Amino acid sequence: MSTTIESPNYAYPARSKGRRGPNLEKAGWIFMRASGVVLVVLIFGHLAYNLLWTPGGIRAIDFGFVGGKLADPFWQWWDVTMLWLAILHGSNGMRTIVNDYVHKPKIRTVAIGAIGVAAAVLIILGTLITFTFDPCPTAADPALLPEFCASL
Amino acid sequence: MAESEQKNENSAGFEREAETGDPAAQADAAVEATTADAESAMSSSGTSAAPVDSAAEAADRPVEAAPVEVPESFTVTLIVRRYDPEVDDEPRWVDYDVQMYQTERILDALHRIKWEQDPSLAFRRSCAHGVCGSDAMRINGKNRLACKALVKDFDISKPIYVEAIKGLPLEKDLIVDMEPFFDSFREIQPFLQASGKPEKERHQTIAQRERFDDTTKCILCAACTTSCPVFWTDGQYFGPAAIVNAHRFIFDSRDEASQVRLDILNDREGVWRCRTTFNCTDACPRGIQVTKAIAEVKQAMLTGVKL
Repeated sequence: MSTTIESPNYAYPARSKGRRGPNLEKAGWIFMRASGVVLVVLIFGHLAYNLLWTPGGIRAIDFGFVGGKLADPFWQWWDVTMLWLAILHGSNGMRTIVNDYVHKPKIRTVAIGAIGVAAAVLIILGTLITFTFDPCPTAADPALLPEFCASL
Repeated sequence: MAESEQKNENSAGFEREAETGDPAAQADAAVEATTADAESAMSSSGTSAAPVDSAAEAADRPVEAAPVEVPESFTVTLIVRRYDPEVDDEPRWVDYDVQMYQTERILDALHRIKWEQDPSLAFRRSCAHGVCGSDAMRINGKNRLACKALVKDFDISKPIYVEAIKGLPLEKDLIVDMEPFFDSFREIQPFLQASGKPEKERHQTIAQRERFDDTTKCILCAACTTSCPVFWTDGQYFGPAAIVNAHRFIFDSRDEASQVRLDILNDREGVWRCRTTFNCTDACPRGIQVTKAIAEVKQAMLTGVKL
């Protein structure tokens, strides 16, 4: 014979009760996994193109090479995606480490704030440069510029 | 579909299978085992007497006793983190030298300290056999049950450090306040919630029972939760033990409140704080795959409960 209690005297409401807004910890957890997978593709693609695909490897990377890449919308978007994901992934990881090791609330707030500011500055600067980069500055030595500058 | 059919077959065929489980072969094996045991006992026992005709004849016959090996004791140094809230401002490390035997446990060393050297030493223990979960403590930096930590598994050329589990308020010596830990446990509603009222029992197939078998083994010793670095810095985090006990009901086919528990744990302080450090799995004295259970709860939140 099974016994059931119709209305159990249970006085332990969840600590999350009454908490509003999105669950940022969950979003962060999923972001870390998803961005990790995408970053593996982006970073190894970046390395393979720059070092293996291009003849000359690391020695061939100069202003002309980078300028040429940043004039191509495909590589602009590749680099910008990589920048955003890597900085967000890295700074969220840093935030976790700070949460683990910094126990004093004030220092913790300052440290996490500094990480946030650094991430924002890097993302804004990086995005700005990627899309506004001029590969053919005037009055530069033509030998150092990408090939297509000569036809301008 | 195929799986559910199989489950039905399982439940129906369970008794039949038990009947046809070839009892004859089992009986044979049992007989063989007993005869073999008896023979070896006869031939090897040094104290078994040769048959004699009368009691008088046997009276003054020299008895050949097998030599008894006296187990050797050795000295083990324990350094215990003592704290008496009425005297100490800060916990302090105190050395004790204890005579121990190969077969003994850290709990025996603590007993010897308390009973023979310093009766003021305070620690919890109840069953002393790894079932009640009272004597979880941090021994040489790892959470274990003192009653399951054998002295022979430690390097006794060095002292053994014993301290209270971390992350819960220290009360005295090796005793911590377990209430915050139990609060988390109570919050996840650790009881079966089913609306129907069956005639006799709530049926379950072997496979359905197997699904959550691992997490039924928890003894609430708090070794896992107090080994978790997230819990150390954020006491609000539910902790592995609460999630393990939620897992035990979430994946129980008879329970109807899985979603309620998932909602409770789908919180800022819930399963998403877990970063798979694996300290909990290492610490569990019952060998529960704690990190795996937490991962399954996460998975259930994203894609639904797969029983």
